[in-house]
Amino acid sequence: MAQRTLVSGIALKTPVGRTVYLTVLAVTTIVVAAVFLYPVYWMATAGLKTPAEFAAQSVTVVPEHPSLAAYRDAWDHLRIPHFFLNTVYYALGGWLVQLAVDVSAAYSLSRLRPVLGKLVFALMLATLMLPVAALLVPAYLTVTDLPILHLNLLNSPWGLWLPAAANGFNIYVLKRFFDNIPNDILEAAAIDGATRGTTLTRIVLPLSRPVLAVISIFSIIGMWKDFLWPMLIMQDPERQTLSVALQRLSASSQVPPTEMIAGMTLAALPMIVIFVIFQRHILGGLSAGAVKG
Amino acid sequence: MTAATLVAPLRLRAGGFRRRLGDNLMAYGFLAAGLLCFALFSWYPLVRSITLSFQQDNLVTDPQWVGLDNYRALFADPLFLTAIRNTAEFTGLALIFGYAVPIGLAILLNELRHFTTYFRLAVYLPVMLPPIVSAMLWQFFYDPGQGLFNTLLHGAHLPESQWVQSPRTAMLSLVLVSTWANLGGSTLMYLAALQSLPPELYEAAELDGAGLWQRIRRVTLPQLRFIMLVMLLLQITATMQVFIEPFQLTGFTNPDTITVMTLIYRYAFAVNQDFGLAAALSVLLFVVLSAFAAIYLRITRERSA
Repeated sequence: MAQRTLVSGIALKTPVGRTVYLTVLAVTTIVVAAVFLYPVYWMATAGLKTPAEFAAQSVTVVPEHPSLAAYRDAWDHLRIPHFFLNTVYYALGGWLVQLAVDVSAAYSLSRLRPVLGKLVFALMLATLMLPVAALLVPAYLTVTDLPILHLNLLNSPWGLWLPAAANGFNIYVLKRFFDNIPNDILEAAAIDGATRGTTLTRIVLPLSRPVLAVISIFSIIGMWKDFLWPMLIMQDPERQTLSVALQRLSASSQVPPTEMIAGMTLAALPMIVIFVIFQRHILGGLSAGAVKG
Repeated sequence: MTAATLVAPLRLRAGGFRRRLGDNLMAYGFLAAGLLCFALFSWYPLVRSITLSFQQDNLVTDPQWVGLDNYRALFADPLFLTAIRNTAEFTGLALIFGYAVPIGLAILLNELRHFTTYFRLAVYLPVMLPPIVSAMLWQFFYDPGQGLFNTLLHGAHLPESQWVQSPRTAMLSLVLVSTWANLGGSTLMYLAALQSLPPELYEAAELDGAGLWQRIRRVTLPQLRFIMLVMLLLQITATMQVFIEPFQLTGFTNPDTITVMTLIYRYAFAVNQDFGLAAALSVLLFVVLSAFAAIYLRITRERSA
């Protein structure tokens, strides 16, 4: 039984209430489908159309002669597999680096509590307030010439991974979760002779599975969606992500529109699949990140 | 009481300073990678941003201190005022659509007792698309010759529009893309907040004879006040940094739609290769955004205290 909202259950049971409700439900269902689903459907099916049908632009809902030719062309000419693998490599690597760096930092701040730990935590949280955009230029210059080390990370995946690891949100969520693990469990482990490292990997991490899942999903989605930073860092066209490569190809060459749209669909597909599989975690994680109302 | 709470004080006494030093070293060992990442890519760039804005730097010759020259050059550039005006227009329009629509949509969806999963998935779907793909997709919709929108207008015997090509409608068209691509997130946050409202409030209001509109105005909206304020600030700071839509749909050279972010990009990477000038503009953007961040911090802290 759903709890009552603005409109009471009794009001809905009257004949007028039912009619109004069903009308509103039907209209909302159709409008939501037209506004949010149709554009994505249009993209997926435009790639199935023949160039002639696409150019005709009568609003056809179902392609007349569906053919995978544009998808095949996109796959080969736009070299989707190559850029796809680049993106997977950057996203998975970024995810692992983010987890390794942020989990150990949060564990240290939450459980090992070093001198000045509170200050460090505050400074990390403060970066959440820093507009990424305002740091674009100096962060780029830092990547081209790391202070002291004088390394150039342009065209290196580390140029994407290391900045992603400086994630105040992850550290905040992880630290809050670690703070709530009962002391008794960790002390019992310490008495049994577990070191800090084994306590982390054998006890804290298995307990943190739900929060790690949320962070993982958001980190992978974030890396997949990112555009401006990868465009600046991966200047070598061979190393670009799928998003950046598609944008470059759309701006610089004469790719037939159906082929370009098929490429865009292929770039969006992995995220849609992840979304369908992990929808509970993703929609639930949204409120985990939200401030409490 | 566990054994450990008895052991701990003993350990402290026996270990003394060396033990604490060891613990701290261990703790900083775990913290080292995080410190390094934050220092290199957040803290240092913030300082560098400020110093860079007083320097001339083109990556070829050594940076030189030039005082306020960058700021002077910025204010002398007619594009600077244009970019500020355009960004203000984008933020204003994005608030009208992107702020009001999710609140109304969430209130509506919260009343519907069927297809709840469908509504959530559908509304959030565009948020999952890579933003550049959304922008490229809408570019096809806006196409003045054979785009979807003009085909629809034509079919309805309405006058066609130039969409992003016309200075009159360009900014609005960009706002529509951005709103479509992003409003799912805020809608679902409002929905979560609505679901935690106590039903007694509505019951009491109804007993007092409050009609539907009265219940929305006097119960729902006041209860959402806090999250509405937070979303307002987040949305202002996000839309003031808009980049992808103007970059992809109209280009970073078009004075009709150039924004602060595309101007930073243009100064640093596209036309001028002038990092000092770009940094000066970044610093100004940062100062304005910090004001909003400070307000945000204050109200969320008051709330949690």
